[in-house]
Amino acid sequence: MRPALLHIGVLAALVAAGFLLPAYQHGMLARILVMAVFAMGYNLAFGYTGLLSLGHALHFCAGMMATGLAMRHGLAAGPALILGLAAGTATAMLTGLLALRTAGVSFMIVTLMFAQAFHLTLLYYGGFTGGDEGFPLPSAARRLFGLDLTQAGPRYAVALALFAAGLLAQWALVRSRFGRSMIAMRENEERSRMLGYNPFTTKLAALALSGLYSGAAGAAYGLLFGYVGASFGTSQYSILPLLYVLLGGAGTTLGPLLGAGLMAWLIDAASSLTDSPLAVIGITLIVLVLFAPKGILGTLREKGLKWLP
Amino acid sequence: MGTGPLLLLASLEGLVMAAVLALAAVGLSLTFGVMRVVNVAHGEFYMLGAVLAWAVAQFVPSAPMGFVAALIFAPLAVGALAWLTDTALLKRLNYNPESTIVATIGLSYLLQQGALSFFGPDARAVQAPFELRLQFPWFGYSGYKLFVIAAALAVLAAVWWILSRSRAGLVMRATQVDRNTARAFGINVDRVYAGTFALGAGLAALAAVLIVPISQAHYLMGHDPLLLSFIVVIIGGLGSLRGTLIAALIIGLSDGILSMLYPPTLAKILATLVVALVLVFRPQGLFGAKA
Repeated sequence: MRPALLHIGVLAALVAAGFLLPAYQHGMLARILVMAVFAMGYNLAFGYTGLLSLGHALHFCAGMMATGLAMRHGLAAGPALILGLAAGTATAMLTGLLALRTAGVSFMIVTLMFAQAFHLTLLYYGGFTGGDEGFPLPSAARRLFGLDLTQAGPRYAVALALFAAGLLAQWALVRSRFGRSMIAMRENEERSRMLGYNPFTTKLAALALSGLYSGAAGAAYGLLFGYVGASFGTSQYSILPLLYVLLGGAGTTLGPLLGAGLMAWLIDAASSLTDSPLAVIGITLIVLVLFAPKGILGTLREKGLKWLP
Repeated sequence: MGTGPLLLLASLEGLVMAAVLALAAVGLSLTFGVMRVVNVAHGEFYMLGAVLAWAVAQFVPSAPMGFVAALIFAPLAVGALAWLTDTALLKRLNYNPESTIVATIGLSYLLQQGALSFFGPDARAVQAPFELRLQFPWFGYSGYKLFVIAAALAVLAAVWWILSRSRAGLVMRATQVDRNTARAFGINVDRVYAGTFALGAGLAALAAVLIVPISQAHYLMGHDPLLLSFIVVIIGGLGSLRGTLIAALIIGLSDGILSMLYPPTLAKILATLVVALVLVFRPQGLFGAKA
């Protein structure tokens, strides 16, 4: 009961924020929601299944590029968005097929290298992909279900709808039989293998779902903010979802949103002290692994709020 | 220039590259081999070495003395920073492989930002200690580059001697094989770890000081060496020094020769994919012993 109320409450607050906030925070919140979807995808792999990937920028950027390139060549926003989801899922499955033969540190390096190779490939074919400079999406094409996404209101609505769908699906997923088998892989792979679960297929499915979320976030980011570029495929975009999930709490349903929101606020607050977010990101990562490896919601859950989803 | 001289020039460039790469990669390989820590900030230690070399050279008026001072001071300072990182950060994480990677990612961001704030976004040059041009029949070649190769070889030989012949090396190898037994025999494992981490970082800094008269110091210069060191260490077999040296030679040479024939981005794409596939299909590396 309490988890259901919490989720509904958070979504209701976000709907209310859409009406109440002034323009600047409004745009920032839309961005946070899209990045939270990315982080939720990352959470499915890292938080629930225990797969620490350093290459999720690949799926995010693949989704963004597929949607952006399709729209640039005349496809409508709806089908292009579907193409983005497919690209995120497909890249996650393809790299997963190889990377899942390794574990731990090797898995981290292999995923990092795949993402690096993808980013370099985008740069190599810069004539087609726009390279690091990227390209803007034509404003006229950014329409979804009759909504004009260049306007702040519809943009926020679409970001929130995507986030709500992602959050509820994630919540249902981690309560399902399959979700529990994912957690079993994280907790004790050998024992779950002995109980008859296939670790490889379970982890591959978790990665595919994770890629689906990441691709959706990338595609939505391009569509909502009208810009697509290879710079979204750099390793920094692999670190960001890790940072959000670590900060909010790995393996909690609302941790990704909390982490993304808090981090955006931190970087915004620190912008008066330093002109680059790099130092803030670096310090937060170090403080988290040293003092709060379970993140905010994970620590709360440990300290008494056992019902926290 | 005919094909032969062109190939000779490419090989010389490749050898310089291989020499510097071997120094940086051996540092990374040492920390992984002895401590099982993947140091993502290794590229940033390299960058710090170059930046400090520039800073030191500003203080010393004459070019050769400035370079010599940098050659001594920069690796020591970077080593001290690494020692501090080990005791203040890595030790508290109990050297957990995944936490240390996340922590060193954080550290690399911090160091990059620090260099940007104090050093600025511009690339700056350090003057070579001597100007000497060797005249081949087909082209002239910088004598300093040949000095880099010789210096790197000397340092590598010293590292090899320390590891295989000295008492410090014996202690390091004992810790690598079994840290609990080493502790039981009265070895101060904490100090071995801090020393190894400092030595690894110092080697990266030394490589950077050597290269800075050829290519300038810049706050983002750590990216490529990190990637290449990873490639060398993984292809050579994680933690295997002999494999690391062979791999550094092969990759440095092939990079020097291939980048004359093909665009460098294409070479990098292939190299990263090879690393991923080596880790997937031959995790012990191409030269490492079976674990």
